[in-house]
Amino acid sequence: MTATVTQPAPRASRRETSRQRREMWLLMLPAMVPVLLFSVGPLLYGIGLAFTDARNTRVHQTSFVGLENFTRMLADEQFWSSFQIGAIWSVTVTALQFLAALGLALLLNMNLRFRSVARVLAVVPWAMPPVVIGLMWKLVYHPDAGILNDLLGTDVNWLADFSLALPAIIVVGVWTGMPQTTVVLLAGLQNVPKELYEAVEVDGAGRWRRFWNITLPQLRPVIVAITSLDFVWNFNQFGLVYVLTQGGPGGRTRLPMLFAYEEAFRYRAAGYASMLGLAMAIVVLAVLGLYLWRQMREAR
Amino acid sequence: MRRVPPYLALFAYVVFLAFPLLWLLSTALKTPQEMALTSPTWIPREPTLANFADAFGEQDLVGAALRSLVVALSSSLITVLISLPAAYAMARYRSLVSRIAVGWVLVSQVFPFILIVIPLFLIMRDLELVNTLPGLVAVHVTFTLPFALWMLQGYVRAVPRELEEAAAVDGAGRLRSIASVVAPLLAPGVVATLLFAFISSWNEFLFALVFLQDPDVMTLPLTLVRFTGPEGVARLGPLAAASLMATIPSLIFFAIIQRRLKSGLMAGAVKG
Repeated sequence: MTATVTQPAPRASRRETSRQRREMWLLMLPAMVPVLLFSVGPLLYGIGLAFTDARNTRVHQTSFVGLENFTRMLADEQFWSSFQIGAIWSVTVTALQFLAALGLALLLNMNLRFRSVARVLAVVPWAMPPVVIGLMWKLVYHPDAGILNDLLGTDVNWLADFSLALPAIIVVGVWTGMPQTTVVLLAGLQNVPKELYEAVEVDGAGRWRRFWNITLPQLRPVIVAITSLDFVWNFNQFGLVYVLTQGGPGGRTRLPMLFAYEEAFRYRAAGYASMLGLAMAIVVLAVLGLYLWRQMREAR
Repeated sequence: MRRVPPYLALFAYVVFLAFPLLWLLSTALKTPQEMALTSPTWIPREPTLANFADAFGEQDLVGAALRSLVVALSSSLITVLISLPAAYAMARYRSLVSRIAVGWVLVSQVFPFILIVIPLFLIMRDLELVNTLPGLVAVHVTFTLPFALWMLQGYVRAVPRELEEAAAVDGAGRLRSIASVVAPLLAPGVVATLLFAFISSWNEFLFALVFLQDPDVMTLPLTLVRFTGPEGVARLGPLAAASLMATIPSLIFFAIIQRRLKSGLMAGAVKG
């Protein structure tokens, strides 16, 4: 890609560069308008709302309340339980997604028959609307008409059980997110130079040592990138869980996103919900920052 | 014999991935009588397409599908139209603005949508855009834009700059050189981006849930979720049928780009 890097001519006249600059602004403008209007603007507005008592109703005089929402949040038991569930959900789903996807990617990278069947199947969940995935698994988990109780010989209402609902939706989360991770890891595997393997083959290294000493270190940047992305996506998950459980039973699957949504659009507490959103952003940034910083330090 | 464990593992993956899909298909083909049986059957005894007909009759699913189609088509076209020039600028001029644009692409992936959805709802309400499809299109365009930009600028970078310069030497103006040299080479990338934007909008749920509260304007995912309201077993068949139909556009999309997924799309999107 280096060949296409733009090098301004060494003695480009000033008029030339200002013309270029005008041209660039002109080209960027159509994309910048909606982004500023519907994305950057609302984001800043939202951060501001977190420090007000804004209500999601037409007749309400919004006033600045400082850190009131923040202290209310810290005293709110629902906040702690929701973020705890969010942490369990996003860490477990990300870890399981990664392990399952790594296994599948390694298999798909081998010269196995029926590989193409698995390859197509592995992408299907990616192609499905999250709402449809949720509905489909609802049919699987359905206490009467579902297949799972029949297969296991159990009589459980999976999605309404206090201790089983969270594990049940975690399985769905893994099923949903595995494809992206698999595709990315597979691409990474295929980019590992073959010569590296040939070199250790001479040394008589076994399969396990080849994996541990070459494949994993070579994959490392890809692994760090995709697990970070998966974590962010999982932490911000909404549609899937909304369809499956609506956060129930008794809030056992109420991820932070669902909690904030309820506060904003059911109880109309726009200010408080914005504070929850801000807290989510901070958690994500802190976890990502820590993770990437550690990875970078170890890589050196 | 050393090959047996990998095959077993592959088989386990195939079962895990396929069984919910097969169950959805099986449910969609069953009669209400069979749905009510105490021990569910994998293969419907009397496969029927009645559920598909029922699904079409209920809840204005056809209307919802048409609205989803309109929203997805308009937002994907607008997204590509406005991000193409910007992607060109990002790829060709190295400047602070394009670096900020790249930064925004990354930031937009990290921020929880809820933080944006609340103020956006207040803004849209003041603009009288709540419960309207143009309002939803505007939101979908904004949120597909970062990734579309990222994909497109990767494709632009892949077009050698020398080609453009050669056209310029031949006396073609900048616009003409772009139209006649860059555009044809970009076409596959543009199609991939269009499809990506279409599917993102077709599948999108949260914004639609917040901005469309009137059943008369709801898009397909919302109408599907409303379908589940009363939990009657008899309605599961039509629900499964409708879910299958809602998946068809995405499946076509992935069938088209399946081959590009492995290398092309990811290279264009991730590495730039």
